[in-house]
Amino acid sequence: MRYLAIIPLLPLLGAALNGLVGIRYFPKQVAAWLACTTVGLSLAISLWGVAEMMALPPGAREHVTVLATWLPPMALQTAAGIGTFSVDWALRLDPLSAVMILVVSGISFLIHIYSTAYMDGEPRGSYARFFSYLNLFVFFMLTLVLGANFLVMFVGWEGVGLCSYLLIGFWYEKDSASNAGKKAFITNRIGDFGFILGMFLIFYTFGTLDFRAVAGAAAGMPAETAAFGALSIACLCLFVGATGKSAQIPLYVWLPDAMEGPTPVSALIHAATMVTAGVYMVARNAVLFEHAPMVMQIVAIVGALTALVAATIGLVQNDIKRVLAYSTVSQLGYMFLATGVGAFAAGAFHLMTHAFFKALLFLGSGSVIHGMGGEQDMRQMGSLRKYLPVTYATMMVGTLAIAGIPPFAGFFSKDEILFRTFEHNRILWVLAAATALMTAFYMFRLMSLTFFGAYRGPAFEAHVPHAAHGAGHDAHAHGGHGQWHGPHESPKAMTVPLVALAAGAVLVGFIGLPPFLGGSAFERFLEPSVTATATPAFSPATAPATVLPGAMPAGHGTAPAAESATHAAAAAPAEAAHGASHTALEVGLMLLSVLLAAGGILYARHVYVTRPELSEAIARRFPGAHRVLLNKYFVDEFYGATFIGATYAAARASWLFDRSVVDGAVNGTGWFTRASSWLSSLVDRHAVDGLVNLVADALGEASHVFRRLQTGLVQNYALLMLLGVFVFVSAYMLWR
Amino acid sequence: MTITPGHYMALAAALFAIGLIGVMVRRNIIIVFMSIELMLNAVNINLVAFSQMYGHVTGQVFALFVVALAAAEAAVGLGIILAFYRNKETVNIDEMSIMRW
Repeated sequence: MRYLAIIPLLPLLGAALNGLVGIRYFPKQVAAWLACTTVGLSLAISLWGVAEMMALPPGAREHVTVLATWLPPMALQTAAGIGTFSVDWALRLDPLSAVMILVVSGISFLIHIYSTAYMDGEPRGSYARFFSYLNLFVFFMLTLVLGANFLVMFVGWEGVGLCSYLLIGFWYEKDSASNAGKKAFITNRIGDFGFILGMFLIFYTFGTLDFRAVAGAAAGMPAETAAFGALSIACLCLFVGATGKSAQIPLYVWLPDAMEGPTPVSALIHAATMVTAGVYMVARNAVLFEHAPMVMQIVAIVGALTALVAATIGLVQNDIKRVLAYSTVSQLGYMFLATGVGAFAAGAFHLMTHAFFKALLFLGSGSVIHGMGGEQDMRQMGSLRKYLPVTYATMMVGTLAIAGIPPFAGFFSKDEILFRTFEHNRILWVLAAATALMTAFYMFRLMSLTFFGAYRGPAFEAHVPHAAHGAGHDAHAHGGHGQWHGPHESPKAMTVPLVALAAGAVLVGFIGLPPFLGGSAFERFLEPSVTATATPAFSPATAPATVLPGAMPAGHGTAPAAESATHAAAAAPAEAAHGASHTALEVGLMLLSVLLAAGGILYARHVYVTRPELSEAIARRFPGAHRVLLNKYFVDEFYGATFIGATYAAARASWLFDRSVVDGAVNGTGWFTRASSWLSSLVDRHAVDGLVNLVADALGEASHVFRRLQTGLVQNYALLMLLGVFVFVSAYMLWR
Repeated sequence: MTITPGHYMALAAALFAIGLIGVMVRRNIIIVFMSIELMLNAVNINLVAFSQMYGHVTGQVFALFVVALAAAEAAVGLGIILAFYRNKETVNIDEMSIMRW
């Protein structure tokens, strides 16, 4: 199965061609064709690979392909002595990653097709740039889900963060878009820091970063029920990473702002794939998390709270995409709740169904925005059912799915989560059930405001009769928002993916039927990925991945192995008993959740369609609550005042320190040098120069006396000569 | 009265003294020049007088040499004076101190 590597590399090829050549040279059709083809081929190869894997018996459905050594072995300290740190470029195909590659490549393919029409108004260069980023995203996302160890996964993890940043800020001329991009990137970096710390700790504890080796070693360790051990701290750090990527409390603030990006981006990255990376990562390390029950509890609580908080905010938002964004945050909370209560397969199942119906809803909202000429405020819409029939029908499927109405996909996955939560903790179940009610309500509020009631948008000349409207569509596809003449249905390239996704949103639920209807095929399928048999703990003397079963160090391995065996033996009958006795309870809960969803839907219909004035009245009746929700609990303001404010204050303080102390020291040194050089110049000028000048002056003064002799008057010389002759002659005469 | 070498020497001494004083006190360089000739000729008188006294011609020959030397000296000296006069429009010896410091 070495061809696994082609799955992510094809979109990379597309991204490289479109990014390096296409921005300048490719016409729009070539760029779009290239991007769609590469992702489509990826999808085909993924299907082939998964089919090949399905042919194997369930126990053997795991395949690791080592493409190359990335980091050659080196000695590094671990908890058990000096270990070997070595990382391969390794890809892993097992049931969990199989689900993910199908979801990622499948939904990406549909969204690529949708984007060809949605982005048609863009100029040629930025059209190719868009597809280049989108392909690059698919590459990184596939790397993330296929990575066989933490580090390869981290490459994808960081890469999708980068692509998210690039695509949120795609319209970078808009301040709000570039700010949203930065906000997403920085918030994600905080989470990534937790991920990195978690990776360090995992290597330190297990001496390897390979998922299988880590899971095997963790399975052989006792669960940390009493105190926070290394496993718990590592899991907590990983979960911090997940809260950043998957927009959970406290790091969810970036996702609603990310709606500044183009709508296909919101659908692909910020609903269907990237934001689920955190859930995937937790599910991928299911064994690890199961051995840290306290962290699981934290995950469940954070998930439930996020689900509830985001749903309440979603109740009052007026921007169609923001409602969906908060809905995404809320649904991601469900997934974390599922993983937190130990239902990893249910979390992954909800991840998959959510990918379908949320991508559908986002693309539908994109179609609405497109049809409305760029308008996103639901108060400016209404009655669009008449103008966008396909969008209306498909979005209605998505809405019923997310609300949890049988037999749509969301019903099965959400119900599974609710049931498992009920078994685990009643308080969390109450939160989740309340969220389910609110989900149904705000989604039907969205539908009602958008598609029902009276048309509240800007006036237009309906010079195209409505009957001919649907037919004449491809011709006038998307002539730019300049000549907007009323709401209109989107071109085929946009409606076909909508229909495909709607079909998915109807059908995918059936692979995860509740136990009393035959049990979840999906859960059985995922079983090998979320469990692990205990392999001996890493021993530093041998290479990490090649430890043989039975080669455990004496005194260490036997106890955990026995323990897990008894655990398994105890679990099997318990599960069987629970299956029999809880069927009634499960059916009851299912009916209750359907009733909740139906209640939410009917109430939303009552408030927004039957009596539209009622919503205003409710808002007036609870002005405080309305204001708090409308302002998203003032979380952004709170972060602005505390963390961001503190960061600014710290930056200002260090600037002051820099200016006064550091600059002061430098300037002081400069001043001191100048002062001392001034002093030494004084010495030089007066002492040294003075001495030299003194000698010169002394000679000069002395020469004054003697140069008087040099009169230049010949007669003086003659006289002196005469006197001299006289003196000498006299002397000769006297002393002869 | 016979003319003795003493007379010659007195005349020569007188001439030399006149020349010397001329050199010392006159400011006109031409006069100074002429005074120098006087002193040279005072020497010549001595040379000729002693030549005659000892009946030996060496002194007279020497006097001829001195006359030749004086002629050469006059030529060079007058040349310098002419050149100087062209520059300074004067022959006053007090003005000729340009070679001083």
